[in-house]
Amino acid sequence: MTTSNTPLLKVDDLRTYFHTRNGVVKAVDGISFHVNRGETLGIVGESGSGKSVSSYTLMRLIPTPPGRIESGSAVFDGMDLLKMPEKDLRKVRGNRVTMIFQDPMTCLNPYLRVGEQLMEPLLIHKGLSRDDARKRAIRALEEVGIQGAASRVNHYPHEFSGGMRQRVMIAMALITEPELLIADEPTTALDVTVQAQILDLIKKLQREKGTAVVFITHDLGVISGMADRVLVMYAGRAVETGVTRDVFYHPQHPYTQALIDSIPASHAPGEELFTIKGLPPDVSKPLPGCAFSLRCLHAEEACRSTDARIHELSAGHGSSCLRVHQGSLKVITHRVAHASGQGAHA
Amino acid sequence: MLKFIIKRFAAAIPVLLVVTTLTFFLVRIAPGGPFDTEKAVSAEVMQALKRRYNLDQPVYVQYFDYMKNAIQGDLGPSFKYPGRTVTEMVKTGLPVTFELGVYAMIWALLIGVTAGVVASLRPNTAQDYVPMTMSMIGICLPSVLLGPLLVLVFGLWFEWLPVSGWDSWQHKILPSLTLGSGYAAYIARLSRGGMLEILSQDFIRTARAKGLSNTAVVFKHAMRGGLGPVISFIGPAIAGLLSGSFVTETVFQIQGIGRFYVQAAFNRDYTMILGTTVLFSVMIVFFNLLSDIMAVWANPRLKFETSKGAR
Repeated sequence: MTTSNTPLLKVDDLRTYFHTRNGVVKAVDGISFHVNRGETLGIVGESGSGKSVSSYTLMRLIPTPPGRIESGSAVFDGMDLLKMPEKDLRKVRGNRVTMIFQDPMTCLNPYLRVGEQLMEPLLIHKGLSRDDARKRAIRALEEVGIQGAASRVNHYPHEFSGGMRQRVMIAMALITEPELLIADEPTTALDVTVQAQILDLIKKLQREKGTAVVFITHDLGVISGMADRVLVMYAGRAVETGVTRDVFYHPQHPYTQALIDSIPASHAPGEELFTIKGLPPDVSKPLPGCAFSLRCLHAEEACRSTDARIHELSAGHGSSCLRVHQGSLKVITHRVAHASGQGAHA
Repeated sequence: MLKFIIKRFAAAIPVLLVVTTLTFFLVRIAPGGPFDTEKAVSAEVMQALKRRYNLDQPVYVQYFDYMKNAIQGDLGPSFKYPGRTVTEMVKTGLPVTFELGVYAMIWALLIGVTAGVVASLRPNTAQDYVPMTMSMIGICLPSVLLGPLLVLVFGLWFEWLPVSGWDSWQHKILPSLTLGSGYAAYIARLSRGGMLEILSQDFIRTARAKGLSNTAVVFKHAMRGGLGPVISFIGPAIAGLLSGSFVTETVFQIQGIGRFYVQAAFNRDYTMILGTTVLFSVMIVFFNLLSDIMAVWANPRLKFETSKGAR
């Protein structure tokens, strides 16, 4: 694996808005992050925090209209994915940067045999003959642990179970040996035992092939087991970023703290579960100051008017909390996040 | 699949029986008879005619006689055209109507699918509105109006195409357009709807994420599912084309089965009405079956159900 100082992917000030009849929905509102070669970045946040939209934006899969990439850059190996011509992008998309989607039940084409769908990336990107692509497709199915791969390639998606389909999706995403894999909640639609198998599989293949992964989830337990670094999102903005261990054991933002406190496994049996009061804000309305200030137990007047941006506190660990910056708030978790804790939902 | 086809044909038998029986009695209830003319015919002549065509028997005897012959493929003599049998007339008329129907269907599919797919790619833009407005006009414009209009423009003003008959390929253009246009319009709307539905599916996003070109996404990933509604429509459409061709056949003076059908109804030509009705029923059953088979072929998730509800 080649390691250099420039990250594989560097995203700066990404903004994706949806122009709807009811106003401009600022789904992603100025996030920045980077991914190094071979590492896993976890993006965590609750539903509607803009995690998925950010990943679709990177792949330029946002339906336009109503969606529009308003600003920002996403530099992958020296090329800005957001500004390069569609024709050049197609050579990167599905080849060097691939994606796994959330719902394996709907993301495979029900009209085409699994083999055909697996072969496609090889045929368009690698210029393989159909025979070679087919052999490679069978091997890819074997790699993701599908029994009888030689005959299974001829089956249609509906002849596979949900977990098996997600294995097919993974095989499809990794068949071109990409440098970056974007996994958008790859286990959300699966039940817990299958979840663990799929996560192990992604980890194993990532290790073997040295693929960098952007792992998107709302499951803190999954993140703690998968990610080297974490980006916490709230209402389309980044609130905290850092090495997974630091963020989990020493959160520097009240939102991250609240998320960790909400993990059911960190409560004593029978104890009332901790919840964050209120609802996420409507991102089609202007949100001056810190987006979390409306629900934050520690918010002050200044939080609602001063722009909240990520500031680095220590090496690689940043928070957008104004009060943490000023030193007037010390965030402490009341609970301990268990690295293996399943079912910890953001 | 063979089992499926056999079952479907077996299920068609009672349908045909009911259709035949109902038609048989209904035409006899209708006022007037096959031999009513403006000039009164003497009682003896009328009696002779009735005996000649078996109409002096009680109705139930006529019915069983007719059914016995029909099963053997003899649809009886035409009441209006002396010396000609219904089977004979069907044999001359059907191929013409069938040919007309096939051309009309090809035209309808070609134009309809193209317009629908093009419209679905950029919904709510000019690329959508123009073909869809034209298709709305196509649906609203009946062939009684479109036929003469085409004759006027291409036959009489430009003198490019013959205005009637069914001889050379030039003769066949205008009738096919007239008959097919309404269906083209309907198919356009069906394919637009089907394509829009499929294009919004998650697996289309997967296909784009693979780096496929737009063309590949549309042709390889979207069309097969998107045209499902059209495939299901082809069967009923062909049946409709065949039984609905009489206007076109009348406008262009084509001796097809559609004209025989309508003339027979006016003439109270009992055997002819029955014969053509049964024929149309058989065709409707057959083409619906064909359509269902095609739907299963196009969608791997469907199977040939031999139990209830054949889909």
